Amino acid sequence: MTTNLAAQINGVLAALILLTAFGLLAQRRIYGMLHLFALQGLFLSVSTAIVGYTAGLHHLYVSAVLTLILKVFVLPYILYALVHKLHIRKEVEDLVNIPTTMLIGIALVIFSYHLTAPVRELSTLITKSTLAVALSTVMLGFLVMITRKKAVTQIIGFLALENGLFFAATSATYGMPLVVELGVALDILIAAFIFGLFFFQIRTTFDSLDLKEMEKLKEED
Amino acid sequence: MTTTLYSIIVEFVQIAVVLLAGPALAGWVRMLKCRMQGRTSAGVLQPYRDIMKLFVKDVVLAENASWIFRFTPYLVFGATVMAGAIIPVISTVLPSAPAADIIALVAIFAMARFFTALAGMDAGTAFGGMGSSREMTVATLAEPAMLMSVFTVSLVSGSTSLSQMAQVVTTNPLMLRPSLAFALLAFILIAVAETGRIPVDNPATHLELTMLHEAMTLEYSGRHLALIEWAKMIKLFLYAALGVALFFPWGIAGATPLWMLPAAVFYLAVKMAIVGAVIVLIETPLAKMRIFRVTEFLGMAFLFATIGMLSYFMLE
Amino acid sequence: MTLLILLGVSLVAAFILAFVGDRKYAPEVNILGSATAFVASLFLAAEVYNNGAFTAGGEFFFVDAFNVYLAVLTTFISTTTAVFSRRYMRHERELGRVGKNAMRFYHAMFQLFIFAMLLALLTNNVGVLWIAMELATLSTVLLVSLYRTPSAVEAAWKYFILCGVGIALALFGTVLLYFAAERVFGSGTAGLLWTNLAASSGKLEPTVLSLAFIFFMVGYGTKVGLVPLHNWLPDAHSEGPTPISAVLSGLLLNVALYALVRCKTLVDGATHGNKAGYIMMFFGMLSILVAAFSLLRQKDVKRMFAYSSIEHMGIATFAFGLGGPVATFGALLHMLVHSLTKSSIFFTAGNASQMHHTQEMSRIQGLARGNPPVGWGLMLGVIAIAGMPPFGVFTSEFLILTATIKNAPYAAPLFLLGLAVTFAALFRRVIPMVFGNLPAHQRKIKVSQSVVIVHMAIVFILGLYLPEFLSQWFHKAVEILR
Repeated sequence: MTTNLAAQINGVLAALILLTAFGLLAQRRIYGMLHLFALQGLFLSVSTAIVGYTAGLHHLYVSAVLTLILKVFVLPYILYALVHKLHIRKEVEDLVNIPTTMLIGIALVIFSYHLTAPVRELSTLITKSTLAVALSTVMLGFLVMITRKKAVTQIIGFLALENGLFFAATSATYGMPLVVELGVALDILIAAFIFGLFFFQIRTTFDSLDLKEMEKLKEED
Repeated sequence: MTTTLYSIIVEFVQIAVVLLAGPALAGWVRMLKCRMQGRTSAGVLQPYRDIMKLFVKDVVLAENASWIFRFTPYLVFGATVMAGAIIPVISTVLPSAPAADIIALVAIFAMARFFTALAGMDAGTAFGGMGSSREMTVATLAEPAMLMSVFTVSLVSGSTSLSQMAQVVTTNPLMLRPSLAFALLAFILIAVAETGRIPVDNPATHLELTMLHEAMTLEYSGRHLALIEWAKMIKLFLYAALGVALFFPWGIAGATPLWMLPAAVFYLAVKMAIVGAVIVLIETPLAKMRIFRVTEFLGMAFLFATIGMLSYFMLE
Repeated sequence: MTLLILLGVSLVAAFILAFVGDRKYAPEVNILGSATAFVASLFLAAEVYNNGAFTAGGEFFFVDAFNVYLAVLTTFISTTTAVFSRRYMRHERELGRVGKNAMRFYHAMFQLFIFAMLLALLTNNVGVLWIAMELATLSTVLLVSLYRTPSAVEAAWKYFILCGVGIALALFGTVLLYFAAERVFGSGTAGLLWTNLAASSGKLEPTVLSLAFIFFMVGYGTKVGLVPLHNWLPDAHSEGPTPISAVLSGLLLNVALYALVRCKTLVDGATHGNKAGYIMMFFGMLSILVAAFSLLRQKDVKRMFAYSSIEHMGIATFAFGLGGPVATFGALLHMLVHSLTKSSIFFTAGNASQMHHTQEMSRIQGLARGNPPVGWGLMLGVIAIAGMPPFGVFTSEFLILTATIKNAPYAAPLFLLGLAVTFAALFRRVIPMVFGNLPAHQRKIKVSQSVVIVHMAIVFILGLYLPEFLSQWFHKAVEILR
């Protein structure tokens, strides 16, 4: 595989990751969001593996496999099981309507593009252009968390945001050192267990996973 | 001198192709659809027969219809044929090509739509007005998305001239371009909305309440209706041809040699046959969506077009 | 070796307590673990004091005057909190607010939290620092929701989400930092080590580091509790068990600030200016003012002191941003005295709310009569935290104010305004709580007065006189942060 072709494939994967990030914003069903999230993880994993192959960096394979296991199988499965077990209503409820969030999303992408401009100018890697996409994915994940009401959707947004971070690490520097990557993966796994526990706690205390119930703690006058 | 003559010949051939192939594509789509749904079809030539029949019938005009109502069919037909002269359907060497670029093309379609909407309201019936308002709703959303989508292509080719765009794509080495893929996706969605196909509109509907485009032309009859129907078929053909010219222009005729022209016509026929099949494949399993969902559908198209444009800047 | 004991002890204690955390002797194990870590940290400090900064474990750990002082502070307060929590949690259990499993969980997570903070302080690797910070968040999230009341769960969820997002942005900053470092050191762990980065921060790309600092600022700033990302802090502090409020306020905020300050020195080195400092000054000042005015509106006692923590972290951030020897010295001292005072205030406030079965200040009255150690402890703590002489907070705030007047005179009035409003807000609430009549619903409880006395005594002594070794230490830390 030539470097040029690898860069092109990586570009396509980056575009697909961006598309799934927008898809998460547009999706109205929780299962649909889970599928999109798994898909995003898959693109991320393939992209990492391709970069690892072209750059000859074997530790990227480890992180590709980690991504594949965690983001494509384990986390979506845990979430799926939770949604199923807790009988969460299958529709996503939004605070801001979908077209508006889309427009905000587009603005965020442009913003990320500008923000990463200095890095793009300095970088010599074949992946340099994808950093903007990575930051966009982070921002869009953030947007999902802000504009969707349910605990599950917030978690999906959070995990999409983490996907963006992994992608950023690959595109800016061909991945962080292995110690860090492993540590980050461990933290995400712990976080996954914690939110799993949380769902049960929220469920038992509020009888719903809708975050609008959780608005007691406000400043009162 | 010879090149000028050649290009004039090309222009005439192309207009002839556009005029004739429009109903043929419509007939082909209808036939395939019948087959898919297990009905017997009337054949590819049925649209021609329909048009012929309409031409010999009398025109019935509403009492309070003004000149706009009578003028509109000619204008719509003229605008559509003019669009057919601009789009590089069989060749990139068109004398009208330097005069009008993609923005002019969108404007020509917009003009046709504007007059159709006016005519819809002119007769003063409730359905006409409703159709006009729906059509304009769709238009306000579809046009920016359309421009976004074609601008992405013009960014890649560095020009807004349609011929130039088709040429650049054919001559450059093949590359994986996510921007073009997104632009194509957006274009397909918009084309579906603009040509009034399922899932946005149902061209074969008889229910006035669900109509978009048909509602506006409900009052037309005779040769007026023939022109409008014909223009509509040509429009479908032109959108297909535009998509093909922008995203899959391989096989289109250049300046020379002369034998490329028949080859281009042949390629065009093949491509159109495929496009028709794709339309059928999309339309058969889908139902028309509720009118309220159309805004979201077009929002999606706009999003795809924008992602395409952004990924041109970010990734290429 | 000392280092390994220091880190290992908390981890082992966490592991043991995960199994025996509900036994009768569990609090003692908890205290023992923390105390051992404290002793180990003292040895480590002596080592640094005598031989200067050093790296260990193949450059994995790095100890200098700045972080060892925070390590000692961390282990000290964790020890006193463990002592405090012995009686406090026993009482909570008697009230039936926590069960058997919750106790095991509480003890194990307490130690894990200490471990995470120590790791964050002592690691030489920016990436591991991030991981440890995240671990510190994760280990405390479920402690905040320990009581399982709706508001506790809500507070924990807010804490989890806000800090999770914040810290994720800090990881992006870390990626950018590594990107800049990779161009100097090549790929591999070398590019993430403080020692390398600090030594050649001048060679790092300034534009990239400035960008990275924005992400660090948002990321670690969320954990410091800086406005406008402070929302999680009052909730988490007011809804969690009191010992957790004490360590969150007294320690976690410090560790987050430590991370931010380390990043700032790198950015300053790269940009040859004080760009990062101005950002920190702005957000520090904003936090002081917003927190001061929010204090006026509080009704919940722990929530009020949480806002006070925001204010004080704002002061420290502002001072670090201001830079210069005096301000930095003041900021270091401020971190120390604030931690001691604030944890002691949380101890007494926790006892007070146990006595009255509520955290609402209007229902807490007559502490000085009902339980003089609690009442006077709270009063002294508030006098100290409001910045009255002769306590240590006065000294540090005075130093910072002096530096402000000298280097950024325009900020001095705002700074004073913030302090004055805080003063008024705190006293308005606390005086009725401490003095006032003895209400009928007040109950007698056993409290651990010793820890409050120890904390306040240290703060008092620091206000009058700064021991030689401590000031030496601070001077060294100031040198590091120049």
